[in-house]
Amino acid sequence: MKGLQLWGAPLLSVAILLVFLAVWHAATRQESGAQVVDAEYAKLVGAEAATGKKSAFPAPADVGRKLWEHVTDPFYDKGPNDKGIGIQLAFSIARVLSGFLLAALVAIPVGFLIGMSPLVYRAFDPFIQVLKPISPLAWMPLALFTLKDSGVSSIFVIFICSMWPMLINTAFGVASVRREWLNVAKTLEVGHVRKAFRVILPAAAPTIMTGMRISIGIAWLVIVAAEMLVGGTGIGYFVWNEWNNLSIANIISGILAIGLVGMVLDQALARLTKLVTFPE
Amino acid sequence: MSMFNDPFDPDSRLAPGCSCGHHASEAEHAAGIGTTDVDALSTRTVDTAVMRALFPRDATRRRFLRAVGANTALAAVAQFFPLAAAREAFAQGKGGIEKPNLKVGFIPITCATPIIMSQPMGYYGRAGLNVDVVKTAGWAVIRDKTLNKEYDAAHMLSPMPLAISLGAGSRPIPYTVSAVENINGQAITLSIKHKEKRDPKSWKGFKFAVPFDYSMHNYLLRYYVAEHGLDPDKDIQIRSVPPPEMVANLRADNIDGFLAPDPVNQRAVYDGVGFIHTLTKDIWDGHPCCAFAASKEFVTQYPNTYRTLLKAIMEATAFATKPENRKQIAEAIAPANYLNQPVTVVEQVLTGTFADGLGNVRKEPKRIDFDPFPWHSFAIWILTQMKRWGQLKGDVDYAKVAREVFLATDAARLMKEVGMTAPAVTSKKFAVMGKEFDPAKPEDYLAGFAIKRTA
Repeated sequence: MKGLQLWGAPLLSVAILLVFLAVWHAATRQESGAQVVDAEYAKLVGAEAATGKKSAFPAPADVGRKLWEHVTDPFYDKGPNDKGIGIQLAFSIARVLSGFLLAALVAIPVGFLIGMSPLVYRAFDPFIQVLKPISPLAWMPLALFTLKDSGVSSIFVIFICSMWPMLINTAFGVASVRREWLNVAKTLEVGHVRKAFRVILPAAAPTIMTGMRISIGIAWLVIVAAEMLVGGTGIGYFVWNEWNNLSIANIISGILAIGLVGMVLDQALARLTKLVTFPE
Repeated sequence: MSMFNDPFDPDSRLAPGCSCGHHASEAEHAAGIGTTDVDALSTRTVDTAVMRALFPRDATRRRFLRAVGANTALAAVAQFFPLAAAREAFAQGKGGIEKPNLKVGFIPITCATPIIMSQPMGYYGRAGLNVDVVKTAGWAVIRDKTLNKEYDAAHMLSPMPLAISLGAGSRPIPYTVSAVENINGQAITLSIKHKEKRDPKSWKGFKFAVPFDYSMHNYLLRYYVAEHGLDPDKDIQIRSVPPPEMVANLRADNIDGFLAPDPVNQRAVYDGVGFIHTLTKDIWDGHPCCAFAASKEFVTQYPNTYRTLLKAIMEATAFATKPENRKQIAEAIAPANYLNQPVTVVEQVLTGTFADGLGNVRKEPKRIDFDPFPWHSFAIWILTQMKRWGQLKGDVDYAKVAREVFLATDAARLMKEVGMTAPAVTSKKFAVMGKEFDPAKPEDYLAGFAIKRTA
């Protein structure tokens, strides 16, 4: 019974994966159709077009082969437009982290101030509510126009999209620190700065961390789209470049890489959240 | 032509032709007798200019030189004209590259062939430039990145610099077309399900994609359907889609067809999603498509860099005009760093022996060709079409805009330097679908269309 509890879920995961791969394999299996054009013509077109069909979705084996190529050689650099998937991921992660950290530097102090005063909270609220739902990509043309640099623009887009969850969560966390704790601090005549750092910050930390976790998830979603838009480097550009080549197998490899990195980022912040959470 | 004659030689003429009279130009003469030393030639160019200014009449100069001898003459002239300084200044103007590290943006299509191939085939390197050619996602981005100066120069659609200079669709910024990259090389591709609908009259309700609003593709597609009686704004839909995304959209049935640059058309055939309905060569043989463009600021701020860069591209263009070189070029520009396409697709485009998607192998050696000369008449035609479809309102000084944006004189000089024949005039008549265009009478041409958006 204990064994089932321990191994049940992973086994089931593997089973789901296998079923998925089997369905995928069956769905993409190609009967090698008869060639409908002459040999000279067939040489000029893809294998599927020669049999009168459209080029097909790749089978799991094709994707596996591509994936293996990327895993075994992730850091090649064959010029400014052709770099390995590892280098592209590094570019994207660097952009996300710089935009995210900048946002944290702004959002957490501002959120703190907003949260401390109900008046400021209410005054800022309409702006936040309007700015929050704007798709970060809508900022892109504006950013390119004003910042005049595509690299800085993508970081700005990350900055602006990761700002709101952190800002709102910080303000909320700070505003909802339990009254009793503040009252205790007041009775003990604790100074303002000390109160902020010793009482409010630890109390609000789990909420702030949750905001950061949401932010990094959004930032990672957005960077891919932003890089597809401006090109140059990054995993988004990699996907776009392979779309240009209609190489679905490469695109799937890119998608998997995006998923894995996103998971790692999320888990890292989840760990940090656990560290600052304390039992009441 | 006679710029390389030794002006201190009493037997040389400073008139067109070479000093011995057997060559068409002094450059050929120099090549024939083995004086290809560029520095010597540039020194001579300066001397010639000075002597020409001093002695407008050749006979006078010759008499003067015979009387006093070349060395005395040189010393005499040097007294009141700093020849040495002028020689040096000119040599710097020739050699001193102000900015050796450049970024040039491109869209992954075969129109960009000269810009792209110059990198792997070493044209930039040999010219002493370190150029990064950077692949870019779309025309709006390439425009913004060039306006931002992230790119020093870029591959653009030839109407874009006109639009940018006039402020249509963006802030007005003086922009220039230094060279046309390619002529022909586009096609109308239709989805394979429309195999039977070869008559444009049956295209009502079709959704077409073109690369950009300000593109030859847009104007040619509009022209083509309008000549067949369809109103491009009412009877069909035209949307702008970046070339690399066109095949994916055609496959997904989002569009019925497109007028697109290659290799997109050939790629649609390669993947079995579309067929080539007509090459744009058959709409207007010799039409321009893409351009090598730079801001006026770059041209004036870094004149030597600009000239060196343009010359490298001209040399590449000259190489690309020869059909026997096309296979080699296809192999150089197909890899992931550049076009990211199967070699056979690029090769079919460049050699003109291609599968048309309907089971035929066609041979059209002029499917794409390369001719860098930025004809003013091309610009004027583009302006008439911008006006025809309401992108430009009001009066346009066609000739002036064409002159300012399409730098024909510079291009002609550099073409000669790389051994191409440059035309002596900057405007010519041509026919689009059998209808003649006279660049001297753009308004009459415009008035001749039944379907148009002009008020």
